[in-house]
Amino acid sequence: MLSRVADSLHWMSRYIERAENVARFIDVNVHMTLDLPLGSVEQWDPLVATTGDRDVFVERYKTANRENTIQFLAFDQSNPNSIVSSLRFARENARTVRQFITLEMWEHVNKFYMMVNSSTAPLRAVESPHDFFTDIMMASQLFLGITDATMSQGEGWNFCRLGRMLERADKTSRILDVKYFMILPTVGYVGTPYDDILWGAVLRSTSAFEMYRKKHQQISPDRVVNFLVLDREFPRAIHHCVIEAEEALRAVSGTPSGTFQNQAEQRLGRVRAELDYIQVNEIIRVGLHEFLDGVQDKLNAAGQAIFDTFFALRPIDGAVAMKKGLHP
Amino acid sequence: MRFDGYQTDNFFDEMFTQSGKPREGAKQLVQRLESLDEGELLERQSAAEQALFRMGITFNVYGDSSGTERIFPFDVIPRIVEAGEWKKLESGLRQRVYALNLFIQDIYHDQKILKDGVIPLELIESASSFRRQCIGLNPPRGIWCHITGTDLVRHTDGNWYVLEDNLRCPSGVSYVLENRQIMKRTLPQAFEACNVLPVSEYPSRLLDMLQFVAPEHIANPTAALLTPGVFNSAYFEHSFLAKQMGVELVEGRDLVVADGHVLMRTTKGFERVDVLYRRIDDDFIDPLAFRPDSLLGVPGLLDVYKAGRVALANAPGTGIADDKVIYAYVPKIIKYYLGEDAVISNVPTHVCFEPKDRQYVVEHLDQLVVKAANESGGYGMLVGPHATPEQRSEFAKRIEANPRNYIAQPTLSLSRVPVIVEDHFEGRHVDFRPYILYGKDIFVLPGGLTRVALKKGSLVVNSSQGGGSKDTWVLG
Repeated sequence: MLSRVADSLHWMSRYIERAENVARFIDVNVHMTLDLPLGSVEQWDPLVATTGDRDVFVERYKTANRENTIQFLAFDQSNPNSIVSSLRFARENARTVRQFITLEMWEHVNKFYMMVNSSTAPLRAVESPHDFFTDIMMASQLFLGITDATMSQGEGWNFCRLGRMLERADKTSRILDVKYFMILPTVGYVGTPYDDILWGAVLRSTSAFEMYRKKHQQISPDRVVNFLVLDREFPRAIHHCVIEAEEALRAVSGTPSGTFQNQAEQRLGRVRAELDYIQVNEIIRVGLHEFLDGVQDKLNAAGQAIFDTFFALRPIDGAVAMKKGLHP
Repeated sequence: MRFDGYQTDNFFDEMFTQSGKPREGAKQLVQRLESLDEGELLERQSAAEQALFRMGITFNVYGDSSGTERIFPFDVIPRIVEAGEWKKLESGLRQRVYALNLFIQDIYHDQKILKDGVIPLELIESASSFRRQCIGLNPPRGIWCHITGTDLVRHTDGNWYVLEDNLRCPSGVSYVLENRQIMKRTLPQAFEACNVLPVSEYPSRLLDMLQFVAPEHIANPTAALLTPGVFNSAYFEHSFLAKQMGVELVEGRDLVVADGHVLMRTTKGFERVDVLYRRIDDDFIDPLAFRPDSLLGVPGLLDVYKAGRVALANAPGTGIADDKVIYAYVPKIIKYYLGEDAVISNVPTHVCFEPKDRQYVVEHLDQLVVKAANESGGYGMLVGPHATPEQRSEFAKRIEANPRNYIAQPTLSLSRVPVIVEDHFEGRHVDFRPYILYGKDIFVLPGGLTRVALKKGSLVVNSSQGGGSKDTWVLG
C-alpha cells in the first residue's frame, strides 16, 4: 500500500485514541474531585500535566480550575492535543484516505468530529460532563468496533492497530506517571480512604477498575503498577499494548517473532522484551517515574523508526527499484 | 404537497406542459409525489440533506476562507429525460466525441483541417490549451479524450443545445452516483414505477477503459487516480472514484519516475503504475515538460508517456478541443471529419476574434452572455442582462484588449424543473451534463448531472456560484 496512506491510517487511529484518552482523564477527574474532602484543592493541574502541554496552558489560562481545564483539553482549537484538535486531525487524515477506509468508518469519523465541534458541546461538557465525555469514549470505541467489523484485516488495518496501540501505551504511562506524582506529596492520605480514592481514580482513568478488582481485589500501589504496566491481558496495560503493536508490525512485514528486519521491529521488539521479563519490584526500585520516562522515550523512538521504515517519502534509488523486481 | 399552484411562466418546463399537465414521462412521478402525506416530502428532503452531510459529500470553494468544505445542495425532485429524447442525445454525444477525437489527432499531426481553411491556424496557435509538447504524439489506441462531460441545455423552443465541451478532467460524476443512491432511499416507490436506467456501472466502465489504454504488453495493468490533493475542489470525487474502482488514489509526491517507468512509493518499496487517470491539468502534471513551478506533478512523466510505458487519461493536449472559441467551430469539425450534420446543435455563438462578431457583441452586451475562452466553473463570465452598466463596459474593454479570448452567446432561457421551496414547488433553471467514456467503444452513461440554479430567476448553475443538483432519471 502507499506509504502516505499507511501513514494517514496510523495517525487517524492515533488521534481518535488520543481523543478518547483525554475524555477519559477529564471524566475521572470530575468524579474524583467530588469524592475528595471539602476544602482540599481540586486536582486539575495534574490533568493538564498529563497531556504534556502545561506551559501552553499556564500561558493562556493562568489557573487550572474546572472550566479552564475542560475548555483547554476538550475544545481549544489552538491546543494541538485537545479533543477537538485530535478529532480534526483524525478527520483530515481520514479524508485523505477516504478511498481506503470503509464508508462506515468515514461516516463515523465525520459524525464524531461534528459532535464535538458543535456550538452546544462546550456548554454540555460543563453542565453534564459525565454524559458528554462518556459519549466521546463510546464514539471512539464505536469507531474501533466499526473498523474491526468492516475493514479487511490486512496491512491497512494493522497500521491502524499499530497507531492505536502506541498511543494507548503512551497515555497509560502518562496517567500513571502523573497520578503517582500527585499522590506522592500527599502522604497524609496514605492508608486513609482517600488513598483508595486516588488509586481508584488511576484505575478508572484507564477503565481498569473492575478488571483490577477481579485479579487483585485490594488496592495497593505496587499491584496497581503491576496491573497497568505489566498485565498481558488487560487491553490498556502498557505491556498488552506493546504486544499488540508488535504483532501488528510483524503482520505487516511477515518477520518471525524474536527476530527483526528493520529498525522499527528492532526497537519495538526490545521494549516488548523488557516488559516480558521485568518484575514490578524492579520497577519500584528503579523508580516508577524513571521507568515510565524510559518507556515513553523508547516508544517514541520506535514511532520514529516506524516513520522512517514505512512512511517517509524516501528519494528514489535505482538500485532499490531493481531489487524489487520491477523489470520482469 | 401538490403541484396545484405551480407555474411554468412561459419557460420550457421539464415536468409540465404549458397547459400545466404532466409530461408523458413525468406522469408516474407526479402522481407518486402528490400521493405522499402532507409534510412527508419535506421530511424526505431533509433526510436526504442530512445523509449528504453525514456522508461528507462536499466540495471545496476557492477563495472562501470561512471553511473549505461545503455540501452541494440537493433537491429531491428528479429531472426526467424520456427514452426517445435520450436516444437522440446519446447518438449526438457519440458523434461529437468521436469527431473531437479525430480533430485533436489531426491538430497534433497533419493539421489538415487548418490547411483546408476550416479553422484559422491563428486560433490554434494562440490557444492557451494548445500544447506544442504534444505535436506528433500518438496516445495509446489513438484515443485522446477518454472522459468527457458535455454541458447541454434546453431552450424555450424545446430543443437541446451543447453549451460546452468539457474534455479536461470534467468533474461531477460522483454526484450522479451518490444522488442516485440517495434518491433510491428517498423516493423508492416513484423510482420503481418509472423504469429508470441504472448509472451504477460507471466506475467499472471507467476502469475497463483505463485498462484498455494501458501499455499493451502488460497483462494486469495497475491503474491509479492522480489527484492534486485534499485541498482540490473535487477531492471528494477523486477519492470516491478511486474507491469505487478499487485503485490507488495517488498524489504527485507518491510517484516518481525511475528507469523509464512511473513508480509509486509503498510500504514495501516501489511499485509500477501503468495507467493514470489524472485529475490534474496539463500545466501541472510534469514540471519538466510544462510549468516548472508545479509541485503537484511528477517530473519526467511526459517522457514515460511518450515512450509508451504509462497511459494518461485524458491525454495531454486534449484541452485544445475544449477551448470555448474552438467550440464555435465544432459543427464544422463534425462535418469536416464525418461528413455529417451535428445531431445536437451548438448554441449560436459569436466569436470575438472575428471583427464583425466583435462589434456586434460589444454593441449588444446587455443581451448576451460573454465567456472567456479558457475559464470554467462560471469564473470570467458576464451575464449581460443581469450585469450593471459598469460591469458591461468593463467587459467591453476586456474584449477589445483580447478579442481572441472571448465568445458571446444569446442568453438562453434554460428549461426549468420544479424544486421544493419551503412548503411548495417553484420552477428553477437547469442544465445537464452527461458523461462519455471513450475506450473500446464510446459509452454514454444513461444519466448525468442536472445542475439547478437554486436562486429564483438565476441562470448560473455552477456549484461554485450557489447552484445545486438533482438526480437525472433517464427512462428506459
